[in-house]
Amino acid sequence: MILIDDSSAVNTIVPSNLITKLKILGLNTSLFNVFSVLPSEVDMSSPLMYGTPSSRVEGTPRSGVGGTPARQRPDLGSIRKAPQVDLHSEPPSADGAVASEQALGQKLVIWGTDVNVGTCKEKFQRFLQRFIDPTSNEDENAGLDLNEPLYMQKLEEISVVGEPVLNVNCSHVQSFDADLYRQLISYPQEVIPTFDMAVNELFFERFPDSILEHQIQVRPYNALKTRNMRSLNPEDIDQMITISGMVIRTSQLIPEMQEAFFQCQVCAFSTCVEVDRGRIAEPAVCRNCNTTHSLALIHNRSAFSDKQMIKVQESPDDMPAGQTPHTTIVYAHNDLVDKVQPGDRINITGIYRAVPMRENPRQSNVKSVYKTHIDVIHFRKTDEKRLHGLDEDSDQKLFTEERVQILKELASKPDVYDRLSSALAPSIYEHEDIKKGILLQLFGGTRKDFSQTGRGNFRAEVNILLCGDPGTSKSQLLQYVFNLVPRGQYTSGKGSSAVGLTAYVMKDPETKQLVLQTGALVLSDNGICCIDEFDKMSDSTRSVLHEVMEQQTLSIAKAGIICQLNARTSVLAAANPVESQWNPKKTTIENIQLPHTLLSRFDLIFLMLDPQDEAYDRRLAHHLVALYYQSEEQIEEEFLDMAVLKDYIAYARTYINPRLNEEASQALIEAYVDMRKIGSGRGMVSAYPRQLESLIRLAEAHAKVRFSDKVETIDVEEAKRLHREALKQSATDPRTGFVDISIITTGMSATARKRKEEVAQALKKMIQSKGKTPAMKYQQLFDDLRGQSEAAITKDMFEEALRALADEDYLTVTGKTVRLL
Amino acid sequence: MRMWFVCRFCCPAAQSNSNPEWEAKVLEYFKGQLREKESHSWVPSLNDVPLHYLKPNSLVKFRCLVQDMFDPEFYMGVYETVDPSTKANVLRCGKYKDVTECGVDLNSRNTVTAERQTFYCVPIPGESPWAKEISFLSAARVVPSTSYVPSRQKRSYEEDDDDMDTQPQKQREPHTGGKFGTVNEPHGNGDSKRQETEAPSSQTTAPSDCSSHLDLNFPLPGERGPACLVKVYEGLDSFKLNDTLEIYGILSVNPVLTVLGEEKDPSLLLLNPTESMETPEEQRAHDPPASLVPRLHMLYARPLQHNNPLLPSAPTEDQSAFVSSFLVEMASVRAELLAYLTHVLLGDGLAAEYLLLHLISNVYTRRDVLPLGKFTLNLSGCPLNSYTERLYQIVQQLVPCSYRLSMSLHTMNSMRLVPKKDYVANRLVSGALQLARNTSLFLDETQLEQGQLDSSGVRNITALGNLISWQKVDYDFSYHQMEFPCNINVLVTSEGRSLLPSDCQVPLQPQVTPPNMEEYLTTIHMAQFTSQINKFRVYLSLARTLDYSISDEVTKAVEDDFVDMRKDDPQSVTAEDLHRMLVVARLLSLSLGQTTLSRDGWMRAKHIDMLRRSRTEQQKSLNGNEP
Repeated sequence: MILIDDSSAVNTIVPSNLITKLKILGLNTSLFNVFSVLPSEVDMSSPLMYGTPSSRVEGTPRSGVGGTPARQRPDLGSIRKAPQVDLHSEPPSADGAVASEQALGQKLVIWGTDVNVGTCKEKFQRFLQRFIDPTSNEDENAGLDLNEPLYMQKLEEISVVGEPVLNVNCSHVQSFDADLYRQLISYPQEVIPTFDMAVNELFFERFPDSILEHQIQVRPYNALKTRNMRSLNPEDIDQMITISGMVIRTSQLIPEMQEAFFQCQVCAFSTCVEVDRGRIAEPAVCRNCNTTHSLALIHNRSAFSDKQMIKVQESPDDMPAGQTPHTTIVYAHNDLVDKVQPGDRINITGIYRAVPMRENPRQSNVKSVYKTHIDVIHFRKTDEKRLHGLDEDSDQKLFTEERVQILKELASKPDVYDRLSSALAPSIYEHEDIKKGILLQLFGGTRKDFSQTGRGNFRAEVNILLCGDPGTSKSQLLQYVFNLVPRGQYTSGKGSSAVGLTAYVMKDPETKQLVLQTGALVLSDNGICCIDEFDKMSDSTRSVLHEVMEQQTLSIAKAGIICQLNARTSVLAAANPVESQWNPKKTTIENIQLPHTLLSRFDLIFLMLDPQDEAYDRRLAHHLVALYYQSEEQIEEEFLDMAVLKDYIAYARTYINPRLNEEASQALIEAYVDMRKIGSGRGMVSAYPRQLESLIRLAEAHAKVRFSDKVETIDVEEAKRLHREALKQSATDPRTGFVDISIITTGMSATARKRKEEVAQALKKMIQSKGKTPAMKYQQLFDDLRGQSEAAITKDMFEEALRALADEDYLTVTGKTVRLL
Repeated sequence: MRMWFVCRFCCPAAQSNSNPEWEAKVLEYFKGQLREKESHSWVPSLNDVPLHYLKPNSLVKFRCLVQDMFDPEFYMGVYETVDPSTKANVLRCGKYKDVTECGVDLNSRNTVTAERQTFYCVPIPGESPWAKEISFLSAARVVPSTSYVPSRQKRSYEEDDDDMDTQPQKQREPHTGGKFGTVNEPHGNGDSKRQETEAPSSQTTAPSDCSSHLDLNFPLPGERGPACLVKVYEGLDSFKLNDTLEIYGILSVNPVLTVLGEEKDPSLLLLNPTESMETPEEQRAHDPPASLVPRLHMLYARPLQHNNPLLPSAPTEDQSAFVSSFLVEMASVRAELLAYLTHVLLGDGLAAEYLLLHLISNVYTRRDVLPLGKFTLNLSGCPLNSYTERLYQIVQQLVPCSYRLSMSLHTMNSMRLVPKKDYVANRLVSGALQLARNTSLFLDETQLEQGQLDSSGVRNITALGNLISWQKVDYDFSYHQMEFPCNINVLVTSEGRSLLPSDCQVPLQPQVTPPNMEEYLTTIHMAQFTSQINKFRVYLSLARTLDYSISDEVTKAVEDDFVDMRKDDPQSVTAEDLHRMLVVARLLSLSLGQTTLSRDGWMRAKHIDMLRRSRTEQQKSLNGNEP
């Protein structure tokens, strides 16, 4: 310990552990407390005093600052293993040592810093008492009165709940007092203990009777200095940083010895030795009986603290293309141990450390490399929201002022919708409507919560199915979308199983613990799941999509784990026709052989067909040739940058939540009524409430494209148009040429249903004409019917007719015989 | 000779650590020197000279692929040492070094921490033997590694003892002088030297050897050569995984590096868990013995456009001179090569034409997700019985980098194609698809038999499919996948149509049926002179690098043509076909040394595509049931 004292004895600071040691030796520490009662508050607030049960406050044994035991904060490195690496040419900030004044009298700072403990404490207390953030939308502040001092409410919470941890958002500190923030970032090791002091004083002043397990610890988070693991550099050493990443490994719990307890084998005299830089200086001589080498370490009386090593890898979104992700080692201490699991995405706030490779006593030279790690102060899971079902992480993607300006400028252009849709997958030719559909899918509708009325969430995501001839660049479109959105997943129906899409339970090889591994659908929560070769998916796999595509959740009951995960994902699927070539004489359902229950969950179903007309061919040829010879710059000029598009979508998704206005809702009602009318003329229904919901979603998405908070008539118009386009393509009954929504909702067009009935009636008539025959041969009946009917009757049709009659309880079919009832 | 200044330039650091300019100056100096003609060939290459013949702390070069990028590390850029006897403090420089001098004062206020990153580099995977041979011979002409032999033992002792910074320059002069004095020494024993180059790595494959636990992590099985940990100081962002580089740097094989890792007192581990954090696997991967995996402190790296030693590697004036001189010959070389390939492909001229186009194909740009310029060829109808193997050997003779993947059920099920992150050892475990740009990947589907693919087999096939369609490989990071674009020429040989996608399928129609295939192919191969083969090699590498454009006029013609074709038969001519024909036209022009598309070129492309299509149709009707 270094004591610097160049003013007077009054200002001398006594190191806490010295006091402790004196106590151990049975000395009266009141001698030192003389200083504490002096008007100078330096001694009280100094980090040295930190953790020392002071006898100044004579409170009840279990309350008040004095009564509540302090807890060591290994995260702040109160036990230092080595002198810190210093970047600047200033002396190493000796641990816990406090410097004397700079100029005169009371202006004291901690050595190596410019932190004056008294001012710092005062500032922080003022911050706690006064800071109000009326615009806060953090989930942590849910339930707090935003117009009252935020942190005082939190302290109240602590007094009720009894969890002595105060999380402080650094951006709050910054907006309140930039200088304090700078000090916090630059000298966390000194400033945080000061904060602790301040909080505890304030707390026990307010709630003198509350009993806590230990003193309140301040845990700052959201330090804005560093966000990205890649940008960590030597200047960040010993500073407070916040980085994001994904946990890839966690170690077992490591008991770290803080204090070794020795006992003399001869006279049973005991002594404690603090671990210093990872080593214990074993006392060679017993101070009591002077026997040499008689002291033995007693493990179970030594003090240990918990520690865990966690490896964090850079999240894939932060990385430049073509490089591998970086990893960082993080140490969690005490109650932060086991807070995170491999696979979690987290934000870590902590102190960045660099320790030289330890010298080997037997070697003269050492490796000139430091080991770096982060002592964590605060964890924040970024994907926690998925479990809690709260809304989008608002501060995830930060936009600079200029960027927002660019985006807004773009949004104000009248043709923004067309611009954006043409910027989408420029290498794919035409298919304007499909691109527009996908664009709206990227924006999505507004999320509505009806859980209070028992209806649950309304789906805001738009699902799209592309079907069509092979080789019409469906896969390419999917690949593009997958690359565009931050949370996209790409799977192929052929290669994925139900398990791979949903979630599976895996035994962690290290911990032998069962871990829930999420599949593509859950991973693309808030994103888009692109499923190629949708038709090749097995039925069991497809069945999981039913729940996801309407309820937007995923229920799992497997290996003792029962849970419901959010899967608010848009599905963009591509399917090939069964006969490899699209048969225009068949309906969509017949062409792709997908269950209509699933098809009706798609808002838009597009056909990607080869149009085969000359003008189209010419444009296509021009487009392709241009693709091959245009230089990069020309391409840039012509189209919107992919990055701008990405930001535009992210911005709109985060900040724009359009609502229907009066006119728009009227227009929607009309549109829906019209749709139903079309069909009713021919005795069939052409629209269902699901279609209305689709229309609303599409209209909302279109309003988002315009950055508009209101859904207006133009949005509805476009939604109607797009919906009609898609219907025209996919729900046209090839036999009549009419648009017939029942093809998608029931899997059969109204005409087909009518014909089915006719066949059944004909069959019934035929059987009745045969008189009283209780049983008939199946084959014979089929032949008879075929002979009788003028239209060709297939075996399928015959069987359907039989089934219809069986449903009427007119007959039963057992094997090859048909019995009348 | 001036290269040996390396040994001294750390000294100025001590005096002027406040002034970082010296670092830039040093780099400038070396770059300048290396730019000088021939000078880079004076530097011995790790690829050619066995490690134990190279002087530690000397300048060496290494032609390699960045296989993995480790985490950045902080090191003591400047530090202070205290002499225990005199108590004098000396400032020292830690840059370009692995270990410090003794007596480091850890509390010194003059310590400067700096950052560097380690790349794990391996020799370019699948580099053809001829490319290695030629670059070896050309290097041997200038730097006789043989000069190390006589006094090697003695000298290495000296090296270990002496201190880089304190050794006076004079003492070095005799060594270096000796080196260059032996320039004209006969090097008849070049071959035996080469074997020695490979000695250290072949040890690693021998299971009996003590170092057998060390996996050098080569992408391809059966590779040899030194792997290297390259410490990078500047321009970290400019390097990407799988880049091929020629690195100039300071070799460091300090035995201390090895000892530090292994001598560990278990009792210390208990007390200081910081040390136990690294698993033994990680230790092994990140700190392998320096004798096996030397450290290289990078001064300067040159990205390699190609690794063909017959071509000037740097885009300098003499390269453009070289190109223009070769352009004249281009057409004639092409004709010769075509004749050669026709012989190889059993007299099938069309297939030879396509093979030639395939060999010069190259992904020249990407439009959003679409790679442009790739030309995956499927040669179907290949005769069985080792024909494909022979064919590969001939391809290997022509291209600087290649790999034959025999797609038997067993290999597909057991082989690791996609690189995977091993979180225990904290490294990227390589796979056969981690290849340098423009590597020829020869997929031999004739080896595939009936049977069941297990899940890893399916994954491998999917990875191959993705590689062919999108020219990307999704590396497995276990919690997520990461996409790495690549540029690999895939050639699939199969009996029927390949199960993998391809840009173009050519059924082989042999005109001759030699009774003894092996003999036939060997004779063809033997009949070529080396000079001839070398011309082919230059031709193939060069054609790939040429620029290309289409004039507006020809664009118009192509458009018209396409519309006409569609009018006749809209079913059979699709956008896909236009895509392919545009690529064929491009490659065809380039193969003739023409950098713009002419009408003629387009017609030719259309013509050969027509021929090919009629042949596939024919094949289809023959087999009937083929899809």
